[in-house]
Amino acid sequence: MKPAFSILAILTAVLLSYGLYQALVVAPTDQLQGDVYRIIYYHVPSAWTAFLLFSINFVASIAYLVSRNPKADVLALVTAEVGVVYCTIVLVTGPLWARPVWGIWWTWDVRLTSTLVLWLIYVSYLFLRRFSSGGQTPVLAAALAIFGALDVPLVYFSIWFFRTQHPQPVVGGGGSIDPRMLHVWLLNWAAFLCFAGLVCWSRYRVEILQRELEEAQALQALLERNPQ
Amino acid sequence: MNYLYTAYSATWIIHLVYVGYLVRRYMRLRKEIGELGK
Repeated sequence: MKPAFSILAILTAVLLSYGLYQALVVAPTDQLQGDVYRIIYYHVPSAWTAFLLFSINFVASIAYLVSRNPKADVLALVTAEVGVVYCTIVLVTGPLWARPVWGIWWTWDVRLTSTLVLWLIYVSYLFLRRFSSGGQTPVLAAALAIFGALDVPLVYFSIWFFRTQHPQPVVGGGGSIDPRMLHVWLLNWAAFLCFAGLVCWSRYRVEILQRELEEAQALQALLERNPQ
Repeated sequence: MNYLYTAYSATWIIHLVYVGYLVRRYMRLRKEIGELGK
């Protein structure tokens, strides 16, 4: 194991633990929502992490289409997969926050629906990667990823341009947030980013190993067929 | 408070399930590479 990986793992563990403590114990209670608002410290950082990963997937997909560099293809696959994990967290924690605050689990407004569509697009991407075996699979997947990434700004800006059940942004959208809450929020985002980086690193290594194994197996099969 | 703890637990469970999947896949790959080398 590389020293940088170990250092990142320790940093991630410290940040996640400290972030959890800050979110549950130190951050002030919201006057309107009570303690349930603390879901924000996992819900929003997960969304931002997913957006960042899908954006990297977008850039890597374009890089692959331009250069046909297999490393760009692996990076696109890895960021899509980990992005789906974080998007899943958003879609699970969102309704758990909405139920006590809005009185409903789900509503088909633009923000929620576009987030679900985003998740479905990248799940489709992963299914394509998993079950298609043709040589054009990385190209088709890259094309799908580019269209999928167009949904990211729609999700983000939907609450600016449409009337939605989802609250307006309190960071970067003209709203206000208690600095103590913002501190905990950013701390947990840093923790999630480190964790995502660690997981992407591991997943990248697994994918490289997988491809090396497939090449070795193909070579072995060829040698068995033509022994001389 | 139940919703809060459920959301936090769900987040951790999703993280851990994915990490578990990665570890299992890595172990299987190492095993297959080892068998190929024999």
